[in-house]
Amino acid sequence: MLMLIMRHELLLVLITVILLLVEIFLPADRKQKIILPALILFGVVMILGFIPGPTGRLFGGMYITTPLTLLMKNILTVGVFIVFLQSVDWLKKEENREKISEYFILLLSTLIGMEYMLSSGDFLMFYLGLELATIPLAALAAFERFKEKSAEAGVKLIFTSALSSGILLYGLSMIYGTVGTLYFSDVVNGINGAPLQILAFIFFFAGMAFKISVVPFHLWTADVYEGAPINITSYLSVISKGAAVMILTILLFTVFSKVAIMWKDVVYVTAILTMTIGNLFAMRQKNLKRFLAFSSIAQAGFIFLGIIGQSQLGMTTVIYFVLVYIFSNLGAFGVVAVISNRTGKEKIDDYDGLYRTNPMLSLTMMLALFSLAGIPPVAGFFGKFFLFAAAAQQGLYILVLIAVLNTIISLYYYLLVVKAMFLNRSDRPIEYFKSDGYSRLGLAICIAGLVIIGIYSPIYEFINQFTFGIY
Amino acid sequence: MNILFLLIIIPVLTIIGILFTGDNKQVRVVSAIGMTFQLILSAIIILWFLAERNAGNTAEILFASNYVWYETLNIHFFIGVDGVSVAMIGLTSIVIFAGIFASWDMDDLPREFFISLILLSAGVFGFFISLDLFTMFLFYEIAVIPMYLLIGIWGSGPRHYSAMKLTLMLMGGSALILVGLLGLYFNSAPDGGPLTFDILEISRVQIPMNAQLFFFPLLFVGFGVLGALFPFHTWSPDGHASAPTAVSMLHAGVLMKLGGYGCYRVAVFLLPEGAHELAWIFIILTAIGVIYGALGAIWQKDLKYINAYSSVSHCALVLFAILMFNETAMTGAIMQMISHGIMTALFFALIGMIYGRTHTRYVNEMSGLMKVMPFLAVAYVVGGLASLGLPGFSGFVAEMTIFVGAFQHPDIFHRVVTLIAASSIVATAVYILRVVGMMLFGKINNPDYELITDAKWYERLSTGTLIFGITAIGIAPLWLSNMITAGLGPVIHKLLLSMN
Repeated sequence: MLMLIMRHELLLVLITVILLLVEIFLPADRKQKIILPALILFGVVMILGFIPGPTGRLFGGMYITTPLTLLMKNILTVGVFIVFLQSVDWLKKEENREKISEYFILLLSTLIGMEYMLSSGDFLMFYLGLELATIPLAALAAFERFKEKSAEAGVKLIFTSALSSGILLYGLSMIYGTVGTLYFSDVVNGINGAPLQILAFIFFFAGMAFKISVVPFHLWTADVYEGAPINITSYLSVISKGAAVMILTILLFTVFSKVAIMWKDVVYVTAILTMTIGNLFAMRQKNLKRFLAFSSIAQAGFIFLGIIGQSQLGMTTVIYFVLVYIFSNLGAFGVVAVISNRTGKEKIDDYDGLYRTNPMLSLTMMLALFSLAGIPPVAGFFGKFFLFAAAAQQGLYILVLIAVLNTIISLYYYLLVVKAMFLNRSDRPIEYFKSDGYSRLGLAICIAGLVIIGIYSPIYEFINQFTFGIY
Repeated sequence: MNILFLLIIIPVLTIIGILFTGDNKQVRVVSAIGMTFQLILSAIIILWFLAERNAGNTAEILFASNYVWYETLNIHFFIGVDGVSVAMIGLTSIVIFAGIFASWDMDDLPREFFISLILLSAGVFGFFISLDLFTMFLFYEIAVIPMYLLIGIWGSGPRHYSAMKLTLMLMGGSALILVGLLGLYFNSAPDGGPLTFDILEISRVQIPMNAQLFFFPLLFVGFGVLGALFPFHTWSPDGHASAPTAVSMLHAGVLMKLGGYGCYRVAVFLLPEGAHELAWIFIILTAIGVIYGALGAIWQKDLKYINAYSSVSHCALVLFAILMFNETAMTGAIMQMISHGIMTALFFALIGMIYGRTHTRYVNEMSGLMKVMPFLAVAYVVGGLASLGLPGFSGFVAEMTIFVGAFQHPDIFHRVVTLIAASSIVATAVYILRVVGMMLFGKINNPDYELITDAKWYERLSTGTLIFGITAIGIAPLWLSNMITAGLGPVIHKLLLSMN
C-alpha cells in the first residue's frame, strides 16, 4: 500500500516498460499500430491520477507526495496527453515510423523525471529528477536526425543543460557545505543569508533560470525551439517549463522562504528583463516556432509576478497560470504543428488569408493567442489578472505597470499573427485540408480548457485549497 | 430572474442564431430580429425603471443581482442599474439597432461581421450594467477587442494601420485601468476587512490620499484614452475614418462613451479627493481637446475625418463636464454622451450612405446632393443642426447644461476654461455649415450624381430611428435629465463630502 503514494510515477514506469517490451517483439512493418494502445494506456493513467489516493513520505522523506504535488502532476499529465495527441500525425510520417515507440518512451521518461522532481523532498532527489527530465529531451530534440537543424538543436540543448546543471549542482553543493544536509525540511532552518549561501542561491537560481529560459539565460531557447521537431518544441516550452516553474516556486516559497528578502530582488529584476526582452525579440520573428519561443520567454517573466507575491494568492495563481498556459500554448503549437506537418509552412507570412481557407484552425489559433495575450473571455485574461493582483498585493505597482505595458507589446505581436490569418489576403494561401482526428481532439481539449478554466471559477478555488502550508 | 441578464443573453442568442444561418439574407434578418428585441427590451427596462422610481423606490441601484464568482478574491458578478446606466443602455440599443440596418448590404464575410458587431455590443451592455470592477473590466476588454477585426477586415483606407493603432492605444489605456483597479482593490479595506471590487462598497470607504493621488490619474487617463482625452485621442480620427459604417457608428456613438462613463463611475466616484487635487490638469487637457477637435474638424476635407474630429471635441466636452464636479454640469455630461452618441451615429451612417452613392468622402468633390437624395440630405442637415447646438435638438440641451454648470464655479480659472470650451460652438458651426453648404447645396458638379437614388427602406429605418432619438430628447429632455440627475446623487454627495 505504501507504494500507492508513488502511484503516478509507478504507473508511468509501467507503461514505459510495456512499450519497451512491445517494441522488442513488434515486427518493423507494424510499429505504427502501437500509437493507439499507447495513447489509451496513457489516457487511463491520466484519469487514474485524478482519483484521490494516499499522500505521505517515502525513503526517509526523500520523496514526498502532497495534494499539491498530485495536482501539479495531474496538470502535467493532461498537458502531455495533449502533446501526444498532437504528435500522432507527425509520428505517422514515413521517416518517423521506425521510432514511434522511442518517442513515447523518451517522452514518458522525461515526464517521470519531472514528477520525481516535483515530489522531491531533498536536493538530491530534485537533481535526479531534473536530469531525468532533461537528458531524454536532448535526444528528442535531435529526433529528426536527418535534418541539420534538429541535430543542432539536440546538441545545443545537451550542452546548455549540462552547463546549467553544473551551475545548479555547484550551488547545491555550497548549500550542503553551509547547512550540512540536503533535506528540504532541514535546509530551511539552516539558511540564514550568510554570504556563501547567497552565492549558493545565485548559482541555484541561475541553474533553474536556464531551464525556464529566463533572461539572461535564454539564449539557447530560440535555436533549440526552432530546430527541434514541433511537438518537442511545444513540450519544451509548456510541460518542461511549467514543471520547472512549479518546482522553483515551491522551493522559493519553502526552502528559501526565510531569505525571501534576498531572492525577491533577483526575481523582480529578472521578471522585468525576461518580459521585456522576450517581447522585444518576439516582435521581430518571422518563423512561428521562434516567435512562440520568445513569447514563451516573455510568459515566464509574467509568471515571476506571481512568485514575487510569496503569498497564497501568488502560489495559487502560479499553478493556475501554468494550467492556463498549457492550454493556450498547446493550442497555438497544435495549430502550428498541424499546418507544418501538412504543408511544411512555418512562417507568419505563410498564414496570410488562412481564415478564408481554414476557418476553424484560424479561430483556434486566435483564441489561443488571445489567451496568451490575456484578452477575455478566454482563460489567459484571468491568469494574467491574478498574476498582476499577486504582485500588486505586495504594493509593487511599478512592477505591475511595467508588466501590463509589456502585455500591450505582446498583444501587438500576437495581433500580427491574427492579422496575417484574418486581415491579409494572399495569392497562394494554405489550401483547405482536413486535419487528423487526434490533432482535432487535442485542439478541442485546448479550446474547451481555454473557455472553461477562466469562466468556471471552482477550478481556481480547487487549486487554492491545496496551496500553501506545504511541507 | 433579473431582467438585466437578458441584455447579455439576447446578443449571445443572436450570435448563436447567426451561426446556424445559411445565406447573407438570413444573417441580416437574424441580427435585425435580435437587435430589435434588444431595443424593445431596453425600452421596457427604462419604463420599468421610471415606474419603480415613481412608485417611490429610492434604492441606489435597481434590478441588482449579486453572485459570488471568485470566492477567494471576493470577485462578484454584480449587476444593476441607476439612472445613468439606464440611459446608456438606451443609447447603446438605439445605436446598435441603427447600425445593423446601416450595414444591410454588407457582403464580405457578413456572418463574421455581424457576430463581431453584436459581440462588441454585448461587451458594451455588460460594461454599463456591471457594478463590480472586475466584471466591468472584463466586459470593457470584450468590447474593445472585436474592433481590431471589424476595422482590419471590413475597413477602408489604411485599415491595417488604423486597426492596430486603435487596438494598441485602447489596450494601453486598459493597461492603466488594470493597475488602477488593482490599486482600488488593495485599498478597499483600510480597516482590514475583506478586499472587494464592489463599486458601491468601495465608494463607502475612505481610500488613503496618497493612493488616490497615484491611482486617479491612472484611471482617468486609462478611461480617458477611450473617451478621446487630449493628447491620447490620436487613434480616433484614423480609426473612425478606416472603420466600416456600422463600426464607426458604434464606436463613436457608444464605445467612446465607455471612456466617459468609466471616468465618471470609477475614477471620479471612487477617488473624489484625488480628483479634486488633480482636476485642474485634466480640465486644461479637456478644454484643449474641445477646441483642438473643433479646429481640426474645420481643417479636414474628408467627411469621416471631419466627424471624427468633431467627436473628439464633443467627447472632450463630456470629460470636461465630469470634472466640473457639480450636478448641473455632470447631468450635462451624461446628456451630452447620449446626445452625441445618437448624433454621431447618425452622421457616420449618413456618411456611409453618401459614400456608397458618390464613392468619395471629400467634401469639395461633392455638390448639389440635396436635389438627388433629399431624404439623406435633410437627415444630414438635422444632424448638423443638432451638432452645433440648435435649440430643439438634443445637442442644445446637453451643451447648455454643461456650460451653465461649469459657469457656476465662481473662480477665474473655471470661468476662463469654460469660455474657451464654449467658444468651440462657433467652430462647430463653421465646419457643419461649410459641409452642408458645399456638399448638399449648389449645382450638381458631377453628371454621375444625377443617377443617384435616395435612401432605401433600411437606410430610412436606420437614420429615422436616430433622428427620432435626437428630436425626442431635444423636445422633451426633462424626463431624461431628471432620471440622470437622480442617478448622479451618490456621486455628487461623495464629491461634496470630499470637498470639506
